[in-house]
Amino acid sequence: MDPIIRVEQLVKIYDTGEVPLRALDGVSLDIARGEFVAIMGHSGSGKSTLMNVLGALDRPTEGCYLLEGEDVGEMEVEELADLRNRRIGFIFQSFNLLPRLTALQNVMLPIRYRVENRISAEAREDACIAALESVGLGERAHHRPNQLSGGQQQRVAIARALVNHPSLLLADEPTGNLDSKSSEEIMGILESLNRQGVTIVMVTHESDIANHAGRIIHMKDGKIFSDGHNGKKRKEIAV
Amino acid sequence: MTLIEAIGLAWEGLVLNKLRSFLTTLGVIIGVAAVILMIAISAGAEAAIADQINALGADLIIITPTRGIPGRPPTLVYDDVLALAQSVKGIKGVAAEQIVADQLIKWGNVSFTAPTLGTTPDFPLVREAPLGVGRFFTQADLDRKSKVVVLGSKVAQDLFGDVSPVDQEIVLGTTRLTVLGVMAPKGKVADTDYDDRVYIPLTVLYQRFLTNPMMNNRLRTVFVQATSRETLDSALGQIKSILAQRHGVTLGNPDFIVQTQEDIIKTQQATTETFRTLLAWVAAVSLLVGGIGIMNIMLVSVTERTREIGVRVSIGARPQDVRRQFLLEALMLSLFGGLVGVLAGIGGAWLFDETGAMRTVLIPWSLGLAFAASAVVGIFFGYFPATKAANLDPIEALRHE
Ligand SMILES: Nc1ncnc2c1ncn2[C@@H]1O[C@H](COP(=O)(O)OP(=O)(O)OP(=O)(O)O)[C@@H](O)[C@H]1O
Ligand SMILES: [Mg+2]
Repeated sequence: MDPIIRVEQLVKIYDTGEVPLRALDGVSLDIARGEFVAIMGHSGSGKSTLMNVLGALDRPTEGCYLLEGEDVGEMEVEELADLRNRRIGFIFQSFNLLPRLTALQNVMLPIRYRVENRISAEAREDACIAALESVGLGERAHHRPNQLSGGQQQRVAIARALVNHPSLLLADEPTGNLDSKSSEEIMGILESLNRQGVTIVMVTHESDIANHAGRIIHMKDGKIFSDGHNGKKRKEIAV
Repeated sequence: MTLIEAIGLAWEGLVLNKLRSFLTTLGVIIGVAAVILMIAISAGAEAAIADQINALGADLIIITPTRGIPGRPPTLVYDDVLALAQSVKGIKGVAAEQIVADQLIKWGNVSFTAPTLGTTPDFPLVREAPLGVGRFFTQADLDRKSKVVVLGSKVAQDLFGDVSPVDQEIVLGTTRLTVLGVMAPKGKVADTDYDDRVYIPLTVLYQRFLTNPMMNNRLRTVFVQATSRETLDSALGQIKSILAQRHGVTLGNPDFIVQTQEDIIKTQQATTETFRTLLAWVAAVSLLVGGIGIMNIMLVSVTERTREIGVRVSIGARPQDVRRQFLLEALMLSLFGGLVGVLAGIGGAWLFDETGAMRTVLIPWSLGLAFAASAVVGIFFGYFPATKAANLDPIEALRHE
């Protein structure tokens, strides 16, 4: 079966300063359907740059990105929007909820922007409530972000990322702004999603967070430095 | 995203900044109101002119004296009227008019003051002001200086109520006059209320009311009604040469002005035209300023909400979704301005009319036109900010503070 993600020789160059900066310097990578991958590395090593390319938010300077076998580089603006809307969920370190909207309205945004398979207003609300319940926030549907804790906000963000049932979830330091207890809650949710078949790629600086993943990739200077199965995780599963 | 959702979204954005939204639309409000007022004033002027033509006839010739030749007194006199009436071919009649200060009018114990006009027998014919009851005075009355009077319909009503006025004796100033008749109601033409006046023979006016010898026989205005459009020009020519001959002046340097109703209407039209042009400029400049205001506020809004735009794009908003959101916001701003402007325009037109500043007639399509203009302004000036929002790079937008 095709890998869900295949990138070949990704290069991203930023033309700032005198020397062009190679934020990605020849990254090649396959991620199979259903994997839970953690990406680690020092600050500035290119993790976010890679995630943005994978999330179709940014285009690489060179190289090829196939998502479920389709060449993302060839896609029109509308196709990219549809990709971000239905096939990829993105979670950010800073949550990125819209402050004026309630949790429910935030979760509904991706449905509102969906072009295909539109559903009735009632069905939408049900889908959003279901998504919020799946992250344990059914009762907070009508709260605004500033009435929620950081961990709760991130859970709303996860519900929003999931509401259109994407097969790929990208998370750039999802626990970066959270305390350890909230972090564990978030990781619990991600693990359970992964068990349901959602492919997850997550950037983190913390090894105990990374240890929730089945595969850990280390980046350095825009390149993949190491890539391997997470022994600890295997052991856990064995136990 | 459906249109209704998009409208709701835009509305949220505007309500968030109520005062700012209102101030932004002031230019549009003024512009739209000016468009409506401009058209209402034009229509009002046209209606006034139409009324005047209806009331006075298009074939009216108006003769007025100029300051005249130095050393000689201004010379448009009663004898000129007699001469014109006798010699000019192709006219229905000649009416001289001379007004004096308002006179106290009395019958029994009723009294009030009324404008008093001295005139000649052709007045009802020339000014198209028919008699209601009784008769108008004749040339014989003028020659004999008969002490008679014809009343405007309102004066007759105020003075006599239900009593029949004809053959009653009234006192005007210090002169006893017999009522010959009452004019039919005619209403106001230009600034003159035909119904609130009394009419006396011109010769009696000179004898009893305008006793200053300097003023004797002197006339302010003479009206001549041509029989038709075709005879108008020839009548004009005859009048000029007869008057020039009688006054001993040349046509190149006359001591009188002969105008047609049309000439006078043209000057009036020129005045309203000037005002209308001014309003058109006010409308255009206000709409432009309003549009730039909207563009400015939308650019501010796009900058303020850069991160929001980034978030929306990251979860699948297409450039056209973002563009539509901001375009709708600009459109709603300008339509709100348009709505208030339409109300202000209607109010302004009413106020102009009510205070007598200027006659206005509201034209229904002008409301639609002005409202449409506000929509065009919103779309035109909202397009650039909306496109700017749509073309934002998602990564940079997300990184924006
Ligand atoms: N828009 C940009 N313009 C110029 N340089 C950029 C831009 N975005 C990223 N970079 C540079 O690219 C390199 C990689 O950045 P990236 O954000 O991918 O790092 P990271 O691994 O996510 O770091 P962190 O762990 O701090 O989030 C850095 O040196 C960064 O300064
Ligand atoms: Mg990063």
